[in-house]
Amino acid sequence: METIAAALRDAGRMMLALDPALVEIVLLSLRVSLTAVLVATLVGLPLGAAIAVRRFPGRRAVVIVLNALMGLPPVVVGLVVYLLLSRSGPLGELGLLFTPGAMIIAQAILITPIIAALARQAVEDAWREYQEQLRSLGARPAQSALTLLWDTKFSLVTTVLAGFGRAAAEVGAVMIVGGNIDGVTRVMTTAIALETSKGDLPLALGLGVVLVTIVLALNAAAYLVKETAQRRYG
Amino acid sequence: MVVTRRVILAFLLAAAAAWTSAHAQEKFITVASTTSTEQSGLFGFILPIFEKSTGIKVRVVALGTGQALDMARRGDADVVFVHDPAAERKFVAEGHGIGHRNVMYNDFVLIGPKSDPAKVAGGKDITAALKKIQAAQAPFVSRGDRSGTHAAELRLWKEAGIDIAKQKGAWYRETGSGMGPALNTASSMNAYLLSDRGTWLSFKNRGDLAILVEGDQRLFNQYGVMLVNPAKHPHVKKDLGQKFMDWVVSPDGQRAIAQYTVGGQQLFFPNAGK
Repeated sequence: METIAAALRDAGRMMLALDPALVEIVLLSLRVSLTAVLVATLVGLPLGAAIAVRRFPGRRAVVIVLNALMGLPPVVVGLVVYLLLSRSGPLGELGLLFTPGAMIIAQAILITPIIAALARQAVEDAWREYQEQLRSLGARPAQSALTLLWDTKFSLVTTVLAGFGRAAAEVGAVMIVGGNIDGVTRVMTTAIALETSKGDLPLALGLGVVLVTIVLALNAAAYLVKETAQRRYG
Repeated sequence: MVVTRRVILAFLLAAAAAWTSAHAQEKFITVASTTSTEQSGLFGFILPIFEKSTGIKVRVVALGTGQALDMARRGDADVVFVHDPAAERKFVAEGHGIGHRNVMYNDFVLIGPKSDPAKVAGGKDITAALKKIQAAQAPFVSRGDRSGTHAAELRLWKEAGIDIAKQKGAWYRETGSGMGPALNTASSMNAYLLSDRGTWLSFKNRGDLAILVEGDQRLFNQYGVMLVNPAKHPHVKKDLGQKFMDWVVSPDGQRAIAQYTVGGQQLFFPNAGK
């Protein structure tokens, strides 16, 4: 109980004081996870929609694999990206290891299946409802996919938020490919892991409270935008 | 649609701008080091001094010694700063590292619960203490992660005449984690463990743990620094890395190390000259 009270005090103090080190960590976390979400969205939404409206051999297997990939362990993704980006790996020349770029790559790989799989389900449900109509209008699969993505945009907001939540919360991948370097690749989750290691549990938990608060604020903002847009454009 | 596209485009541009600006070129080296130097706060204290005098940023990736050496072997670091002399000699002998220098030392301490079920407190003989722990089957937390501390622990079991691989039972818990997490585990289950003094002194979640055995010569813990061999990894920043190595063994660097204290206690003792 004492620890939790101290953690809440720590969290409140850090947020009120806008401690520069904390601000830097928060901004890096947001930069990494939001960029990863952007990349994953640009890849995942079209991919999910395409799988939803197309019929091809092996489609079932693709859907099952895509759904399964939602459970990719971050630490495995981190390890694979690490070996790819290592100086001894195939992409070592790029010198990306231990940079925010490497962290974005790892998180994008982690959450693209989540966004694609959830988008596939949403679009496929809409496809069942409208496929007659779309066919009678002579829409090609690509056009149908785009139309349906637009049509399901409000449920896709939740899809993207699920991806963001996963990216912002994971520690396994960014720890390995980022290295938790102070001032360069230290993000909220790796900072929490570090403080836990040092045995400073109140500070670790305090940082956790800050992280949850930020994720909450972003979700609230997304929800409000969605509500407003829904009311205005139906 | 047009508006949406514009918004997306603007967002992309902003992201790209934020990306490049944050990537402004600066002089830096990557140092593979150990959790004990990072988590004890030593690097947080000495690196700003080095950065101020040379303008070279030091990016520290803190791992166990075994992992740090692996990382350097793959060419993912410029300098290695670790504490396992036997493994370091092997690393240099295999041609992975050059210019090895001793930097500083501290010592390992045997930590355990104040209730001390194996009755080892106050002794100076670490192997005698380990024998008692094994005989009492008292809970013992091992790092189990090929770190420098783990290597030292295994060496001490051997010197105590105990083949730990064969004799470990439920009392011997291999956590496969860093010094801090291992201390957290020991603290919550009131177990014995071997820790470097630096991490122990800066560790906050001690619970009922205390130092029970210290001062044995065999608990000496030497730290060394070396450059990753540029002949094997041409991208290694050998000039900047060499500057860092020269600095930590220079009077300035050695003074900075000696000046770092936690709660009035010095954590690391420079011994580059010796």
